[in-house]
Amino acid sequence: MSLLDKVIKPLADGMGITGKRLGHVKETIMYPEEKREQFERTRWRHVLTRYDSGLEKCIGCSLCAGACPAKCINVVAAENTDEERYSPGERYAVRYEINMIRCIFCGYCQDACPTGAIVLRKDFELANYDRDDFVFTKEMLLEPIKEQ
Amino acid sequence: MPAIPGAEKGGNFIVTSLETLVGQARANSLWPVTFGLACCAIEMMSAADPRFDIARFGSEAFRATPRQADVMIIAGRLSKKMAPVLRQIYDQMPEPKWVISMGACASSGGVYNNYAIVQGADQVVPVDVYVPGCPPSPDALIYGIMKLQEKIKRGRAKTMSELRLIELNPTPQEVMSV
Repeated sequence: MSLLDKVIKPLADGMGITGKRLGHVKETIMYPEEKREQFERTRWRHVLTRYDSGLEKCIGCSLCAGACPAKCINVVAAENTDEERYSPGERYAVRYEINMIRCIFCGYCQDACPTGAIVLRKDFELANYDRDDFVFTKEMLLEPIKEQ
Repeated sequence: MPAIPGAEKGGNFIVTSLETLVGQARANSLWPVTFGLACCAIEMMSAADPRFDIARFGSEAFRATPRQADVMIIAGRLSKKMAPVLRQIYDQMPEPKWVISMGACASSGGVYNNYAIVQGADQVVPVDVYVPGCPPSPDALIYGIMKLQEKIKRGRAKTMSELRLIELNPTPQEVMSV
């Protein structure tokens, strides 16, 4: 009687709880293999977008740099010529640099941009070893020309 | 032409197998010291929850004493008043030790470019991995830990003492620089 009460019953109770938990869905996202779906308005790495024609949307107006609370954007503009045309407007950005380590991903640059050139996408894998590698240049930020 | 093959690359072939083993062991049990300074600490704690589960990388044991920790995750803005404390905790950690600078404020000062905040924790301690973001999401932090693991596994020791299996006494020069 005492064996049943003191050993077998507690064991059965314990195993019962374990058995109940066996059917539960696993919550863990096995991160490097599978990535969780980011929220719709998640803001991560910046991308400089293009029109369908391949021209850059950025017109080098520096409004993003003015709106940035961390002052981490540097834009240098130059005039477009008919021989060398980068954007549809008068001017284009010759240099476009974002210091990714000072950026707080607030999205004010995206809000300020009059042409919708700079957008914050969902690529969060930005960690690196050297502080100097975090200055993202225009070549790194521009999205590739779409294949027609 | 060196007499021993591989010696021209630094002559590290004697300890290379041992080094791989030691590197694997170190990389897969990185115990962080509990050092949350600001809001990034919330995301650091979230990385330990079942959804992200930092335990899969062997880093679930957040140690409350620097004596038992391998890696310091600087989570949050580092004020100038906190900087000597951070340095002391770093000095109290046993060798080998690594530092992850988590978030914009710890890495560079972020929006707080003012008199109170250290403009980057690398002015106080040597930082191994920078994780940008404000704050970085748990998966971004886990990516940073994976980068650190890569660095540790890749590490190349040239001599037995560089393996740092025992704690080294700091040289007088190092003591002076602290």
